[in-house]
Amino acid sequence: MRTRTVRVDYLARVEGEGAFHIKVKDNRVVDSKFRIFEPPRFFEAFLRGRRFEEAPDITARICGICPIAYQSSSVQAMEEICGVKVAGPLRDLRRLIYCGEWIESHVLHVYMLHLPDFLGYEDAIRLAKDHPDAVKRGLRLKKLGNDLVRVLGGREIHPINMRVGGFYRTPSRKEFETFLPELEWAREAALETIRLVSHLEFPKFERDYEFVSLRHGDEYPMNEGRLVSNKGLDIPLSEYFDHFEERHVSHSNALQSVLKARGAYHVGPLARYNLNFDRLFPSVQQAARDAGLAETCRNPFQSIIVRSVETLQAVEEAVRIIEGYQPPETPAVRVQPREGVGHGCTEAPRGICFHRYRIDSKGIIRDARIIPPTSQNQVTIEEDLLDLVSTKLALPQEKLTWLCEQAIRNYDPCISCATHFLKLTVEQVT
Amino acid sequence: MPPSAVLILGVGNEWRGDDAIGVLLARRLRERAPPGVEVKEHSGEGAGLMEEWVGHDAVIILDAVRSGSPPGTIHRLDASREAIPSRFFHASSHAFSVAEAVELSRALGALPEVVLLYGIEGREFAAGAGLSEEVRMGGAVVLEEVMALIESHAGRLAVKSRTGTGTGSASRS
Repeated sequence: MRTRTVRVDYLARVEGEGAFHIKVKDNRVVDSKFRIFEPPRFFEAFLRGRRFEEAPDITARICGICPIAYQSSSVQAMEEICGVKVAGPLRDLRRLIYCGEWIESHVLHVYMLHLPDFLGYEDAIRLAKDHPDAVKRGLRLKKLGNDLVRVLGGREIHPINMRVGGFYRTPSRKEFETFLPELEWAREAALETIRLVSHLEFPKFERDYEFVSLRHGDEYPMNEGRLVSNKGLDIPLSEYFDHFEERHVSHSNALQSVLKARGAYHVGPLARYNLNFDRLFPSVQQAARDAGLAETCRNPFQSIIVRSVETLQAVEEAVRIIEGYQPPETPAVRVQPREGVGHGCTEAPRGICFHRYRIDSKGIIRDARIIPPTSQNQVTIEEDLLDLVSTKLALPQEKLTWLCEQAIRNYDPCISCATHFLKLTVEQVT
Repeated sequence: MPPSAVLILGVGNEWRGDDAIGVLLARRLRERAPPGVEVKEHSGEGAGLMEEWVGHDAVIILDAVRSGSPPGTIHRLDASREAIPSRFFHASSHAFSVAEAVELSRALGALPEVVLLYGIEGREFAAGAGLSEEVRMGGAVVLEEVMALIESHAGRLAVKSRTGTGTGSASRS
């Protein structure tokens, strides 16, 4: 018996700590495990007993990259329970701050975390030496995203300005005007980004995924919609737990989410794009076509193109909102707690972020469930690696490892929402 | 207003045990820093850090590190003269943090003339944990050393890169 092991101490360029183990026997992959060993963080447990208004500030702490997703899903759920509808400029501002989060998160991933994989660099630092202009473009775009989050959120990491019913403070028109010239630049920069990544070389790899995302009547999904899939799912948020369940597996500290009927599913940019191409702005659709992207994309390695397309969408949306912005009369609508159960689901950059809360008549949270996007993609990541390694066993160890890491990064896993450092092991038993 | 010549960045998360030390030191230094020295707290997010030091002549970064040394060990690095060792990468949960920000700035030719890094080896980084005794003591040494450095500096700062627990040799050149 001969054992061949490929090991990476930790996978860089992901948020968090985890491990991957692939077992190969008689030239066949017999097991693939995505291990998440960051200790559980018990957010759902310590939300119980807190007031309903505290949910956006507590859940924003789950993630330093996508706090807006957690805030947005939690306020949506609380507003549903309390019978409040946030509309008009306040709703636009919620969408605008989400644009900021998409831009900063997508651009960080495209330029700093994923692009080095495609161009054969170990990291963005080595990439920057040969391609300084591309990296500078990425940094400037990311700063624009950060600035949008800061002006609306009060600060860029763990923002504090969103509340149930609206915001604590809303910016003046003047505060936004300075953004327009930079957004004009960003439109071109996003187009340039799409062109850059569309010319990369992509491994030939497609799977018959079940894509799950939000779908809204007339908007590209971000902060509202029904849950739909390409295999017939079309439900209101309230039916989430009728169709999805979380499983605890011994090799991971993060629960794995699956569809009860069909198992693994895929959330994130590819899912949103495939299910909502018709909701992209026409100019963004055209940019996608120009990049050679069909209306459906099943190759997860091409998620880097879709992230760039979504960056352009977020820039266009930010321009639209800022140009039409009239400050609301009050920064928030009045919210009175009442007993009930509410659901919130919004599109974090890496996929749907689902929340359900039950509060009592005094506004105390009695129960909380939070399903982060990375826990929903876990099983799909395991299956991708299983398929990928099965077809690439002839590759030398180093190339196989590189490809596996790249494949994991296709999902922009925010393991911090669920975990830290990723260790990759391919064990070959013959 | 043009940026001050010297910027001190206290990096970390005050709610994650020893990761708080950079932020706590920044607060102490802000009370004592002379005019012309700007002191800021920072989460450690890399792109944001790179923005912070644009236009400054000298930057002093104070941060907790996790490199395998005994807790409380003080790592002094003159990042303007040498690359940050790879063991200092990934000390935070950010995919892109202090060490990467320094090295990326260097690659892009955007690093200030002087970049000094004080890294204090942490023991405990769990959410809600307090500061460990070793890190508190290490922090006290760094506080005095940085004060001596900025009070004595005459346009140029330098530390001799070394690792240890005791008082370092703040110097000017």
